[in-house]
Amino acid sequence: MGAFDRRPIRRTRNADRFKLDLNGDERAVLATIAPQLREALADPDLPGLRRLFPPAFEGDDDRGRQEEYVRLMRDDLVERHAGALEVLERTAAASELTGEELEAWARALNHLRLALGTRLDVAEADDPAEHDDPEHHLYWYLGYLQEAAVEALVGD
Amino acid sequence: MAVAPVEVERPDTSERTGADRPWKVIVWNDPINLMSYVTFVLQKLFGYSKERAHQLMMDVHLKGKAVVSSGPIEKAELDVFRLHEHGLWATMEHDD
Repeated sequence: MGAFDRRPIRRTRNADRFKLDLNGDERAVLATIAPQLREALADPDLPGLRRLFPPAFEGDDDRGRQEEYVRLMRDDLVERHAGALEVLERTAAASELTGEELEAWARALNHLRLALGTRLDVAEADDPAEHDDPEHHLYWYLGYLQEAAVEALVGD
Repeated sequence: MAVAPVEVERPDTSERTGADRPWKVIVWNDPINLMSYVTFVLQKLFGYSKERAHQLMMDVHLKGKAVVSSGPIEKAELDVFRLHEHGLWATMEHDD
């Protein structure tokens, strides 16, 4: 079957080990873009990162609470996002991942898709045929890989 | 069984300016998060069954939002933070 039954991420017989079946190009892309986003997190107020730092409170009455949420939680959120991206970068060449590492992959891939998807202004009904450019291809590839990570984690 | 009196002393709510009223945590629809990932996150963070998490995810997808948890402000803030940590678009507001 070859390409037709490829599963890039697969749970092994050991329930907490996951096998990565990715080629060198795929691994190189992940190892390149993960640190790029991690470094961009140094300025969480960048408009392109707004989806990684959504407001907790949106009402006008809660403006003070929102400021307080940012003051108390922002640094932790930056650290958690950066941590997941660091795991992806560090293990991009690995042949197997632990469950904890794969969960970090799922989050890191989501962060990458949020940042890229915001820049591309993606919509739910986007037709791939109308967006035949490298950045959209990367965006869809990351979605494919994230889907595979979630499937492996939930065991479907 | 006793019959309730017609006139009851109502608790004075004028002092309850917000802090002790319950908050609800809302997840909003967005075009980026995968349906499978949202279901996975709701199961993982709140211990929902797969069916319940799937139903909440479908509410987000079809109705635009769903209330995924509620409680005192400290709990709601922590829940929102954990959802943000996973990249979901979550906010909290008073449960009126």
